[in-house]
Amino acid sequence: MTERLDGPQAAGGGESAAGASSGPSEPPADPSSDSPQPGAPLSGSDTPAASDTPAASDSLTASEESPAGPAAAGYATAAPPGAVATAGAAQAPARLGPSPRLAVTFLLPAVLLLVAWMIYPVVYSIWRSLFDATGDRFVGLGNYVSIFTDSSTLTTIRNNVIWVVVAPIVVTALGLVFAVLTERIRWSTAFKLVLFMPMAVSLLAAGVIFRLVYEQDPDKGVANAIITTVHDAFSSSAGYPGARPRENDQAPAVVQGGAVVTRQQAQAGTPVLIPLVGLTQDAVKDAAPAKAAPGGDGLSGTVWLDVVRGGGGTLNQIDPQEKGLAGVTVEAVSGGAVKATTETAADGTFRFSGLPAGSYVVRLPQSNFTAPFNGLTWLGPSLITPAIIGAYIWVWAGFAMVLIAAGLSAIPRDALEAARIDGATEWQVFRRITVPLLSPVLLVVFVTMIINVLKVFDLVFIIAPGSVQPQANVVALEMWRVSFGGGGNQGLGSALSIFLLVLVVPFMIFNIRRFRRDEG
Amino acid sequence: MTTLAEPRHAQPMRRGLFTRAVDRLGGGLVQVFMILVALFWLLPTLGLLVVSLRGETDNNSSGWWTLFTKPAQLTFDNYSNLLASGFGSSFWNTVLITVPATLLVIGIAAMAGYAFAWIEFPGRDLVFLVVIALLVVPVQIALIPIAKLYGFLGIFGSILGVVLFHVAFGLPFAIFLLRNFFVGIPRELLEAARMDGAPEWRIFATVVFPLAKPAIASLGIFQFLWVWNDLLVALVFADTENQPMTKALQSQMRQFGTNVDILAPGAFLSLIIPLVLFFAFQRYFVQGMLAGSVK
Repeated sequence: MTERLDGPQAAGGGESAAGASSGPSEPPADPSSDSPQPGAPLSGSDTPAASDTPAASDSLTASEESPAGPAAAGYATAAPPGAVATAGAAQAPARLGPSPRLAVTFLLPAVLLLVAWMIYPVVYSIWRSLFDATGDRFVGLGNYVSIFTDSSTLTTIRNNVIWVVVAPIVVTALGLVFAVLTERIRWSTAFKLVLFMPMAVSLLAAGVIFRLVYEQDPDKGVANAIITTVHDAFSSSAGYPGARPRENDQAPAVVQGGAVVTRQQAQAGTPVLIPLVGLTQDAVKDAAPAKAAPGGDGLSGTVWLDVVRGGGGTLNQIDPQEKGLAGVTVEAVSGGAVKATTETAADGTFRFSGLPAGSYVVRLPQSNFTAPFNGLTWLGPSLITPAIIGAYIWVWAGFAMVLIAAGLSAIPRDALEAARIDGATEWQVFRRITVPLLSPVLLVVFVTMIINVLKVFDLVFIIAPGSVQPQANVVALEMWRVSFGGGGNQGLGSALSIFLLVLVVPFMIFNIRRFRRDEG
Repeated sequence: MTTLAEPRHAQPMRRGLFTRAVDRLGGGLVQVFMILVALFWLLPTLGLLVVSLRGETDNNSSGWWTLFTKPAQLTFDNYSNLLASGFGSSFWNTVLITVPATLLVIGIAAMAGYAFAWIEFPGRDLVFLVVIALLVVPVQIALIPIAKLYGFLGIFGSILGVVLFHVAFGLPFAIFLLRNFFVGIPRELLEAARMDGAPEWRIFATVVFPLAKPAIASLGIFQFLWVWNDLLVALVFADTENQPMTKALQSQMRQFGTNVDILAPGAFLSLIIPLVLFFAFQRYFVQGMLAGSVK
């Protein structure tokens, strides 16, 4: 699939080889091999062109602004004598090139659009950010001050920091793991397609998808459905929240520290009665009728709902219409220690078998009466940012994987094989050979993710419900909210957009340096 | 992938039985792990599809995964209701925005990329560095100024305004991608055409453009997906009657709990075309991504 474009090789293969072996020594070599070629006569007119080796790699920002800067000299002034094009093309000395004037025609539409829609807005936004909400009053840096003092924008910045610290690392790490593991499975193409698919889906659709995933009700949201299933598998809680004994002196059981405890010591052979109230008939509508526990060996008894539908019945006695409470944990306690534990059957009866004779207090521990575990409140104020980051990872992990897999396929197999033959474990091969050789690709993925994360907007906007948007807010969203989403403050909005631009400037420089190294 | 596995078996003598057993077991674990991961990635989208095909009462009473125990509950009612409520016009708006924005970007960027690759003019490399710098400029920077500009030009809220915005912000990546591709075209081909005295625009149209089809396909699918999937630009610049699907759906988000029967089929309709394109052209999609990853 990479036969045509020379980009992939440059991004993956060429770079991983060059970056790992001769990385440090290469950048300085670029400008020096570049500047003699444009011709000695030229560099003579530009004063300090010869001393550009150390300066060139460090002064990229400067060269952007001043075309006459030392680094730009080799580039910008190369054209007139027609000696040099960009690197790979510099073989033909004389030629019948078209006139530079033609370039104007070819470039005009693009330049017009770029200037009017991208460069002018930057200038205008800087200017606009110095004025107040309506644009009438000059406030200097006031809008920038309020970005860093207002508590809601500070939350926004804090969230962006969380995003930038967590998301790119997780995405890159997952991408790496998946890329390495896809080489071990036969269905790697299918796997890649599945993981890559979210890239084609709009972030809005991804947001809707994850609103469904994160629904609170475990009967609707798949995340909580999985969590509660796993949770219930490890802790069996029948869950009768609200059930309690009657609060009068005749009741055979009382509440003690959340648990229900019999008032009398119980003896084997005399069934224990634990009547409870406080449940609706709906909660027990499927339950079996309660039965008295048969006497006989061992300590036994019944836990039931001592309420007859429609009233009537005898208090503290098992009436025919009354329902047994199944699955209640029952403990036999003696001297403060639990001697045995059992569970009630469908008709509410329980029996301790093999319990030494003696007298016990029967206790229903608190776990019977706590509300059932209902999963996590994903979309609540405390989990909202991790939840949205989860959705983000779902969208972008495939991107990281495909990029890293391309880099991986360019790694010389000999190196890996040699290490394996020498007895290196797979982990050692991964840690000592694969990862270092991949580091240029990993860096590109990581940087791409940072740039992307800084601008994250749609997912937060869609997944966070209106009431928790202040807690989930990020700079890009806050910019929209402040200027268009009801905030009505375009001064602050402009300041936020400039702030966002400043945040991506380091990566602008990273891109330019990478391009110049690749071209050199 | 098989190349990785073969050499290990080529050297069985050096490895003990135990190591091989661990390898085998490890291989099984990798399989299980990868299947779980793939399921994890599939389930959310599958959930959306199933929810969109279930009636409102079903969705309110049980999870979509109960489909596997009683499969008879599926219905297209949500979709027909959605289309009857006028969602079709926003689908059409999305098309009206996306197609021109994609074609314009390809055309304008191809011309610019050609100039950057094959025509020499003063300051060429500096200008190209500016294009690279513009690659990462956030959309937010232009929202307020362009809203003002559109107000002034009288195109605020129109489809034209949305299209032009997408074209401008798609250009840096497009120029970057195409210029890098054009540079790789053998110089002899162009020289030959120039010797023959062909005018530059004809060289561009007959030599370079056809050769660049893979790159243009990559660019086209990328730009198409970006514009199709965009929400923010539409949110700011498109009026209600010109709004694309994303904005139409966003306006329904406020009542998420009660609106699933609109949101789920809407979201699925909005992603079905990108998915089809993605599966049809994923080769070019990946190429484009590899060629210009940093944006």
